Amino acid sequence: MGVTTVLPRTTAARPFSVFGFSSAQAVAFLLLLAAIVLAPFGIYPVFLMKVLCFALFACAFNLLIGFVGLLSFGHAAYFGMGSYVTAWTAKTWGLTPEIAILLGGLTGGLLGCVFGALAIRRQGLYFAMITLALAQMNYFFCLQAPFTGGEDGIQQVPRGNLFGLISLRSDMAMYVVVAVVFLVFFLLIHRVVHSPFGQVLKAIRENEPRATSLGYRTDDYKLIAFVLSTFIAGIAGGTKALVFGIATLTDVNYAMSGEVVLMNLLGGMGTIFGPVIGAGIIQWTENALAGAGAWVTVTQGVIFVACVLMFRRGVVGEIAALIKRPL
Amino acid sequence: MTQISRRTLLAATAAAPLIRPARAQGKPIRIGVMNDQSGPYRDIAGMASVSGVRLAVQEMAGSVGAEVLFADHQNKPDVGAGIARQWFDRDGVDLIMDVNTSSVALAVNQVCKEKDRAYINVGAATTDLTGPQCTPVTVHWSYDTWMLARSTGGAVAQAGGDSWYFLTADYVFGQQLQRDTTGFVTRSGGKVLGASAYPFPGTTDFSSFLISAQASGAKVLGLANAGTDTVNSIKQAVEFGLTRQMKIAALLMYISDVHGLGLETAQGLYMTESFYWDLNDRTRAFSERFKALYPGARPNMDNAGCYAGALHYLKAAKDMGVAAAQASGAAAVARMKAMPTMDDAFGAARIREDGLTLFPTYLFQVKTPAESRGPWDYLKVVVTTPAEQAWKPLAESGCPLVRL
Repeated sequence: MGVTTVLPRTTAARPFSVFGFSSAQAVAFLLLLAAIVLAPFGIYPVFLMKVLCFALFACAFNLLIGFVGLLSFGHAAYFGMGSYVTAWTAKTWGLTPEIAILLGGLTGGLLGCVFGALAIRRQGLYFAMITLALAQMNYFFCLQAPFTGGEDGIQQVPRGNLFGLISLRSDMAMYVVVAVVFLVFFLLIHRVVHSPFGQVLKAIRENEPRATSLGYRTDDYKLIAFVLSTFIAGIAGGTKALVFGIATLTDVNYAMSGEVVLMNLLGGMGTIFGPVIGAGIIQWTENALAGAGAWVTVTQGVIFVACVLMFRRGVVGEIAALIKRPL
Repeated sequence: MTQISRRTLLAATAAAPLIRPARAQGKPIRIGVMNDQSGPYRDIAGMASVSGVRLAVQEMAGSVGAEVLFADHQNKPDVGAGIARQWFDRDGVDLIMDVNTSSVALAVNQVCKEKDRAYINVGAATTDLTGPQCTPVTVHWSYDTWMLARSTGGAVAQAGGDSWYFLTADYVFGQQLQRDTTGFVTRSGGKVLGASAYPFPGTTDFSSFLISAQASGAKVLGLANAGTDTVNSIKQAVEFGLTRQMKIAALLMYISDVHGLGLETAQGLYMTESFYWDLNDRTRAFSERFKALYPGARPNMDNAGCYAGALHYLKAAKDMGVAAAQASGAAAVARMKAMPTMDDAFGAARIREDGLTLFPTYLFQVKTPAESRGPWDYLKVVVTTPAEQAWKPLAESGCPLVRL
């Protein structure tokens, strides 16, 4: 799968820049912020929290596929393990939500460290296949390990009290937490991508031998990006587990790995806002077609084909190409 | 083509009802029926159980207004819990019914407790619903693993089946059914030689497990599974010639499974249900009414339980006032427990403090093709267990609501 480039060729001599945002990106970010603040007053908050969790997951994935050009086909492993560990620590040890989520993220990152170190030794399709194989091994571990509860999952996970003080029982309180977690890591990803480190990642994406010849140890850069991405995926999974009070095999299944690829393709990989839009669209269709059972997958397949045939750069990618500015 | 399909797709997604409707006073009761409508349990529950609830709503329409919603939980606990939350928060559902598949049933149980909404579980077997995880809003109808193990397991063990091998669906339902049956087998002097647990859902080939069962030398193959899994494992066991050496004890089987297997394959099997359409005049009358809504099939205990549970809830709501029943699931269920139940499917019964509904259960044997007089004439009663003995004693319930 080729990665299309819609990003700025250069970041030098930018006339307007706040926190690394170009003017078009700043407008888009303000719109996103407004949507996050206003949406819960009109739309069901639990649905919005789900969208935000998946949006964060998709953004983490985008960090790899969009900016390093690595197609990890097993990102559900980190998302799901994050969700299991958060659920387990919150339920069994009674940890407060922020620590449980952090532990979920660290689990994702640690797993990413091991899996990533193995996988980045190969490139392209082989990289994708190794990540998929490792994720499947992780799936069977989760199926058999006693602490995950197998097919039943970890149920009755309490949302707990934030910092031990603020009860998250109400959906609105939880929504604020989820929104803050999302925004923090969204901005972190944006910052990373627009840092000198991010420039090296993009250089690796464009031409890895050339980056090597310039003196960069590309494997190290790729591993750091991989671990960062899996850490954030773990955070997203952990947050989702707390929102729904349940962690199950759905989160570690290969279908979840495929779904996050679809979100990125649809929204526009290599764009900052694309994965958020992609996650929104996918979750919306799933919600709208929930009564149709297996037809959800068929519809997603149709959307995928339509996207590849008609707007290969994804929704946000196409808009960016239209206004000739990166988003 | 692409133009049209894209446009319809967009229209379909845009029309999604994401906006929360304001809930006005004096609304009809909303009953959400959630079960497997596409997976291995679709034939035993699915739309047939939805029809059972619809029939009850129809019969009570004169005194209590109610609407029926339904959804497919795909046998995934997270999907089920998500639907339940959405139903309560957004769609104003007052009562959730059926929820087969024990893992999903327990997840939904927690949401109902948190939101104080009534929950009549019919399709799930786990005794935890009326045991350690019982809640003031939960009622369990039709059957559970203890009752199945006692009836089918106990009968087979007493008839000389003293060594067992289990084929178990690897989640809370299969594990508990195996555990409870093992209890009855060892109590009557038998022993369990082994077990194969297989991943649920998604397993369709049972051959390797059947070979292990055959190699164990056990006399009885205990099937701790349900739905198409049971149908497939029995078919494959017959094809493997397993039935020449071993007896099959299908620990949870419905008349719909017998229909799926055909009498040629299923004849002679023992099974337990708490309802059979051809028991007496009242069950026959009920089945005729059911047929009008769901043509082509006779109700099983799950479908009948959905009818009877919904009917009893609506009667309780009428008794205490619809608004009061909608205001608190716990209050509605408390009223349901206070009133004796009475319906054509199960006759007179009562709901115990822990939420378990008590009525007689029946051990059936599947008729031979020669014995059967027509379509759906499949079962003959072997043993009737009175309500007092059929269910787990209250002392063993483990339900925190029960104070002894």
